[in-house]
Amino acid sequence: MNEIFLTVGLIVLQSVALLVALLIVTAFLLYADRKIWAAVQMRRGPNVVGPWGLFQSFADLLKFVFKEVIIPDGANKGVFIIAPLITALLSLAAWAVIPLDEGWAIADINVGILYLLAISSLGVYGVIMGGWASNSKYPFLSALRAAAQMVSYEVSIGFVIITVLLCVGSLNLTDIVKSQETGLATAIGLPWLAFLNWYWLPLLPMFVIFFVSALAETNRPPFDLGEAESELVAGFMVEYSSTPYLLFMLGEYIAIIMMCAMTTILFLGGWLPPIDIWPLNLVPGVIWFLAKVCLVFFMFAMVKAIVPRYRYDQLMRLGWKVFLPISLFWVALTAGVLVTFGWLP
Amino acid sequence: MTVASLFFYLFSVVACASAVMVISSRNPVHSVLFLILTFFNAAGLFILAGAEFLALILVVVYVGAVAVLFLFVVMMLDVDFTELRRGMLSYLPIGGAIGVILLVELILVLGSWHFSSGAGAVSEPILAGGKTTNTEALGLILYTKNFFYFQVAGLVLLVAMIGAIVLTLRHKQGVKRQNIADQVARNPATAIEVRQVKPGQGI
Repeated sequence: MNEIFLTVGLIVLQSVALLVALLIVTAFLLYADRKIWAAVQMRRGPNVVGPWGLFQSFADLLKFVFKEVIIPDGANKGVFIIAPLITALLSLAAWAVIPLDEGWAIADINVGILYLLAISSLGVYGVIMGGWASNSKYPFLSALRAAAQMVSYEVSIGFVIITVLLCVGSLNLTDIVKSQETGLATAIGLPWLAFLNWYWLPLLPMFVIFFVSALAETNRPPFDLGEAESELVAGFMVEYSSTPYLLFMLGEYIAIIMMCAMTTILFLGGWLPPIDIWPLNLVPGVIWFLAKVCLVFFMFAMVKAIVPRYRYDQLMRLGWKVFLPISLFWVALTAGVLVTFGWLP
Repeated sequence: MTVASLFFYLFSVVACASAVMVISSRNPVHSVLFLILTFFNAAGLFILAGAEFLALILVVVYVGAVAVLFLFVVMMLDVDFTELRRGMLSYLPIGGAIGVILLVELILVLGSWHFSSGAGAVSEPILAGGKTTNTEALGLILYTKNFFYFQVAGLVLLVAMIGAIVLTLRHKQGVKRQNIADQVARNPATAIEVRQVKPGQGI
């Protein structure tokens, strides 16, 4: 019995440590997002709270928490409250399987990537429940839009994941990273050029498709049709205020960071150093992991800053008529190449 | 009582309770949400049984896609609740009969497992060397022994999909559609016409 308590206690400690670290990272990435956006538009961005405005996110947090929670009269109260909780909870739950370094995953389960896919496909419920429970036109329209969008782009994300899995031969996230220790660089006899080993190069089209689908899956601009300000005010979040709104916001950002982490693991070699020479390979893997996540997040932020919003029918066309056929073709091609050359793991 | 059995009772109690709520809640949207909760707990039970692949596929396919469409339809339709309640008693015998049949079938299946010792061995996946993971074991059986059934299931789904598209696709007259390829292929030579206009004359 003591052993059980010890194991449970350890897991709880690990989870709390991860959550705290994650929330702090989220706070600063949110700040970075706003700063990058401001820089592109030649503004200063947040610069008042703390040095260079570094504590802006914490000030926002306090502001949200101390405001009054307003529940509209016609809202379906239970569902209205549960929706933001689901969004925040799911996006946090996904981090249980992410390996930040070798052996650093809280739950190193052997269907890790499937778990991530499942969690990200559940993310749609927060949006659709929030939109419906608000009992208002704009949120409802937004919920329908966002739901259709997220379900559509999941399909191509699934195919991209299958392509990577064909090359890896395992659904375990640690195995996916480890299989990127060897590859193109070792094949051409330059093993120190480790970044050539990663899957972004041999699966370049899938990397691009995954990146764009990740934008659509997380409702990021240019695919933020669910909360298009010019059409739907703020989408499914119109009726939300204070802490529930904060939870939506937080869940959305953590889901975005999760997608960055997923890109890192699938295509950018997880915790592996980009160049495998003496001073660089002494750096702890978690630093590399964070650096790569930040790099992908920078790309997300730049896309938000410089690309105009898609029209809804164009978004659907891109998902179903462009990405789905290409990714389906690429799955067949990858499988064919792997079988023909006997490279199947 | 081990942790596993604790979780088993938790999952099964919540699953049964939410299954009851699916048919008894007044709001159809709540019904679908309870259905999702039921799926979720079933996935939990799958994980307890050691079938983690099935559990996650259940979540991805049923909760992540099928139930979303359910929710979609139920939210869009303006269902009259009182109208639905009225027919309840007349449907009760049919529903009850189906329930009894399912119960008898379950008892038969579980009973055969319990009473004949060889029955369980047939349905268990054969694990090569005992090291194979859940996913691998399923793949090995699905793509070798039962490949034909797998293909047939895929074909049935394909036919269903084509059928649904044929039934719903309508080409309306007079609707202007955007042809992206045409638009991308436009260049100044095909898109604009340059006219020299003489002063005081117009075109």
